[in-house]
Amino acid sequence: MLSKRIIPCLDVRDGKTTKGIKFKENVDIGDPVEMARFYYEEGADEIVFYDITASSDRRDIMIDVVRRVAEEIFIPFSVGGGIRTIEDMRQVLLAGAEKVSVNTAAIEDPKIIAEGAKAFGSQCIVLGMDVKKVEVSEKIPSGYEMVIHGGRTYMGIDAIAWAKEAEDLGAGEICLNSIDADGTQQGYEMTLTPLISENVNIPVIASGGAGDIDHIYDVLTEGKADAALVASIVHYGTYTIKQIKDELDARGVKVRMWW
Amino acid sequence: MIAIIDYKAGNLRSVELAVRKLGFACRVTHSREEISESERIIFPGVGAAGKAMADLKHLGLDNVLTKEFKAQKPILGICLGAQIILESSEENSAQCLGLIQGAVKLFPQPLVSEENERLKIPHMGWNGVYLREEHPVFKGIAAADEFYFVHAYYPLPASDNHVIGTTDYGIEFPSVIGYENLIAMQFHPEKSGPAGLRILENFCTWDGRYVE
Repeated sequence: MLSKRIIPCLDVRDGKTTKGIKFKENVDIGDPVEMARFYYEEGADEIVFYDITASSDRRDIMIDVVRRVAEEIFIPFSVGGGIRTIEDMRQVLLAGAEKVSVNTAAIEDPKIIAEGAKAFGSQCIVLGMDVKKVEVSEKIPSGYEMVIHGGRTYMGIDAIAWAKEAEDLGAGEICLNSIDADGTQQGYEMTLTPLISENVNIPVIASGGAGDIDHIYDVLTEGKADAALVASIVHYGTYTIKQIKDELDARGVKVRMWW
Repeated sequence: MIAIIDYKAGNLRSVELAVRKLGFACRVTHSREEISESERIIFPGVGAAGKAMADLKHLGLDNVLTKEFKAQKPILGICLGAQIILESSEENSAQCLGLIQGAVKLFPQPLVSEENERLKIPHMGWNGVYLREEHPVFKGIAAADEFYFVHAYYPLPASDNHVIGTTDYGIEFPSVIGYENLIAMQFHPEKSGPAGLRILENFCTWDGRYVE
């Protein structure tokens, strides 16, 4: 039976990894290639790179990181952040990434999902969703609204409607990030995650809020997530990937154990 | 030299990097001459069966593959390359290479697990393989090893004798198929960590002999 995936997320700026707490006060913690290899050897099922380099004319630094990562690790990895065109997607995929994730560009112009899926296949196209809890309204019936710019700009789009639309357009997977939960280490968003997962037929990666193994267990069971993104909890050494998987396995969650 | 067949069906960089990492010389190519001169062939592929077959024919590679298979050259099919070696596919109603009798099927819907959970399509992520037969390319692979899958269709050989391993995803489907010098797998060994690299390494030294 299919395993639930544990996916470390590395934020990369100017070729170096950082970990943002609520998108503020980022601190440098290392080399993305070294960290990717470390997590690969620890038994990560996949790795997500998020490029937060401010200037788009420095994208070649990230492409070089992708190229070097592809030579070192033999599990799927995705790259997101600043992907705005089909050409951006092509560069990242040709450098050796398995998937690209689009977020802001897809909200601004959903055609990029369909065009990307047509050019490279749905399996390559991950929809990144940044979501915030809001008042239920006619426009936002789920009470969860799409946001961009790290949560500063509200888009007036309901999260569930957007997830379904993106699936119809050809997205192959959703990475669902709760801005409210991100960086808090208080647990994943447990209302929205199952709602999205039940409303689409593509895998959902839960992101934002992991502080301990209970949180990961909860989102992979009740939360109906297919995978859990982890950042601080592994970057700061609170747990290793192996400890997380051993504990999940002991509690009856199917995970890949290859050691 | 190992020929990795390039027929525009997806990104071949990861296959090439994995083979090189293992220390084997390889070439990503669509040249009929280079494929014929190679010692073994990796036939990867991502995408839709209809377009893949059209591209293969356009490049004249359908005949080359059939010829090299008959010449007993070891051939490794990966993902779409494990599907279009059958006779036909439900995807785009495509006529395929026919190296193995049988057809490629879409997962039935709705698909549910033994625990009655709804299963999503595509089947994406890590899953196990139950090996029915010992095969030289799977030497050293443990029962607990898992591999990375991403697909909505699966190969269904007409003969059970051509099924080497199966995987459980709501149904038990053939995930490793082949006979004689042909071995093909629905998952991506190049994306399946150390266990996947082991399979690639085994293939790169396999003499193409397999007795059922």
